[in-house]
Amino acid sequence: MKEMMIEAKVDNLDKVIAFVDEQLEQYDCPMKVQMQVDVAVEEIFVNIASYAYKPDVGDALIRVNVTEEPLAVYLTFMDSGVPYDPLAKEDPDVTLSAEERQIGGLGIFMVKKSMDDVKYEYKDGQNILTIMKNL
Amino acid sequence: MLNIGKNVNGSELSISLEGRLDTTTAPQLEEEVKNSLDGVSSLIMDLTQLEYISSAGLRVLLSAQKVMNKQGSMVVRNASEEVKEIFEVTGFSDILTIE
Repeated sequence: MKEMMIEAKVDNLDKVIAFVDEQLEQYDCPMKVQMQVDVAVEEIFVNIASYAYKPDVGDALIRVNVTEEPLAVYLTFMDSGVPYDPLAKEDPDVTLSAEERQIGGLGIFMVKKSMDDVKYEYKDGQNILTIMKNL
Repeated sequence: MLNIGKNVNGSELSISLEGRLDTTTAPQLEEEVKNSLDGVSSLIMDLTQLEYISSAGLRVLLSAQKVMNKQGSMVVRNASEEVKEIFEVTGFSDILTIE
């Protein structure tokens, strides 16, 4: 298990993605899975950076845990910002035309669609979002 | 990192993207699109070398599509299987013209 504590700001996105990719490197995941994991990490981290501590800046803790049998990655994101359950948000209507499209909520929708499990809890003053992807 | 290439041929503009279209780089493309579409009736987005796209990138493609719906047409070319998969999941494959 590896952890990274980092200031939750969009400028740190590259560092967060690099940290997660480094943990996955040795498992030689298919490109599709790698991209899905990166997208999930980006959408969740950017959400925390944009909303958790607004207008201030705070920290996010990112934990990467890879289990070998079955081979899967568990990613946990923790912040002590305002309580917010991203999974409670209604899914966007992805059948609408370009003109009618609301772009909000698309990021977390992609996370839900591409991960094998997504869980949220608020505990001891922290938002804890855990996602799992079979590798 | 994102590299944006542009090629103008009369009223046809071809934009080629190389690298990652994410929260950090999407504003570059947004700026480019905002400043380049005057008088363009045919926009080609060449994604041959695009490795990655997130919702921030989709947002820019959507706004380019909306502009082009008013003044011409836009096509998206040579997206990788991984990028196409993202278009599928998000319903963008119905909004965009993917070749």
